[in-house]
Amino acid sequence: MDHFTNPRNVGIIENPDGYGKVGNPVCGDLMEMYIKVENDVIKDIKFKTFGCGSAIATSSMVTEIAMGKTVDEALKITRNDVANELDGLPPQKMHCSNLAADALYEAIKDYKNKKKK
Amino acid sequence: MDRIYLDHASAMPIDTRVFEFAKPYLIDSGNPSSLYEFGQDAKVAIEDSRRKIVDLINAENEKTIIFTGSATESNNIAIRGTAYRNIKEGKEVLSSAIDHISVINPMKDLQKNGWIFNTIPVDSNGIIDLSQLEKLLTKNTVVTSIMYANNEIGTIEPIKEISEIVHDKGKYLHVDATAAAGRIPIDVQKDGIDLLTLSSNDLYGPRGAGALYVKPGLKIQSIMPGGGQERGLRSGTENIFVIVGMGEAARITKNEMDTESNRLLKIRDKLISEIIKIDETYLTGHPKKRLPHHASFRFSYIEGESILLNMDMYGIQIATGSACSSKTLEPSHVLLAIGLKHEEAHGSMVMTLGHSNNMNQVQKIVKAVGETVSRLRKLSPLIK
Repeated sequence: MDHFTNPRNVGIIENPDGYGKVGNPVCGDLMEMYIKVENDVIKDIKFKTFGCGSAIATSSMVTEIAMGKTVDEALKITRNDVANELDGLPPQKMHCSNLAADALYEAIKDYKNKKKK
Repeated sequence: MDRIYLDHASAMPIDTRVFEFAKPYLIDSGNPSSLYEFGQDAKVAIEDSRRKIVDLINAENEKTIIFTGSATESNNIAIRGTAYRNIKEGKEVLSSAIDHISVINPMKDLQKNGWIFNTIPVDSNGIIDLSQLEKLLTKNTVVTSIMYANNEIGTIEPIKEISEIVHDKGKYLHVDATAAAGRIPIDVQKDGIDLLTLSSNDLYGPRGAGALYVKPGLKIQSIMPGGGQERGLRSGTENIFVIVGMGEAARITKNEMDTESNRLLKIRDKLISEIIKIDETYLTGHPKKRLPHHASFRFSYIEGESILLNMDMYGIQIATGSACSSKTLEPSHVLLAIGLKHEEAHGSMVMTLGHSNNMNQVQKIVKAVGETVSRLRKLSPLIK
């Protein structure tokens, strides 16, 4: 509940090094993740979420876990890690934690693509 | 924190007067099927309760009322019991697109067994499309089921007109009055209703009781064979406490309906006029033809379950038709039927008032809604 009541890292980053967006408002969930990276370490991370309480809490939790990690470490964050950190989610809400982790992957993927160029 | 409960459509407390009246039967009562005096006392109590239900809906006589275990059970007996008993008259059933799931699912079950099942569309306020009703009805339509008023958007259907159309072309009209009974007057004879569903808890009675009105002469069969209680339509030893409680709840609710509904209407109107001042906030359901205790809204850019959780932090309980709050993760079929897009239906909030609410709570509620909407919109990626 704490991550729903006081979500961490809400907002957007101007000119992010990586940006990820997953979900669809039609389905009731949409998440955006912004990352700022220095030497492959996630220095800043922000999110915005349209969705249920679990979606908001998992977004917040993912940003907290990922902050300070290298991008490769952050890629290893699993959906279960997020749910475990939140002391479990009901089965029908597991897809919310999937979305949060997926949004982070997308942001890192975007960062890596940009770096290649 | 003081609780402000605004979800009376989901669950109501038992009126303490009802509890005191029925309490002796909870502790000790005989089996009404037993012939000794103790058993017959229980039978008298049930019949007394039946008379009170007759009074609530102006039924013809006591024989028309069957006690069941819930509104869901009443809906099932009404729809399946009538369809199977009158199978020779035709195998078609109809419901409104916004009827309760306990009406729609028994009809889908009939469909699997060879019946034709259609739903009648509603307009953006939730009123049944009468020309579509007329079009969909055939001489084979044995059961048409339309709710008296909708629990999610509060809209009251023109039951009398519907009854005339149904009886002109089809056979029997079932009305689920769970949300309406006790809030607005219901008269099964004037309204031309053949079968009517009631719920005890929605009258401030104990949970675990419902009633079904069956018009005299209508043939209906049991869907659960057993010992033959309740005219053979609802076998199983009667639960005296909840039945007696439901009767007393019906009596009190009927006596107090005018005063209480007028009181709630004023609070309701104040809530609506204040809440729709919030940007991109819309009333759902009919602005005028709606239940007096019912206020429902949708807010753009935010999601209903997080509205519910956020309001709970203020000690205020509301309901939502959002997908996230349902087991199926599908948004409310009612909100989709009134033409909302999926993303609009997700942002819904329903408030249903009752005994515990008063005008002094309005300011706190309105403030909590405003802050909730503003906080969740700050989190929302849909606003740039």
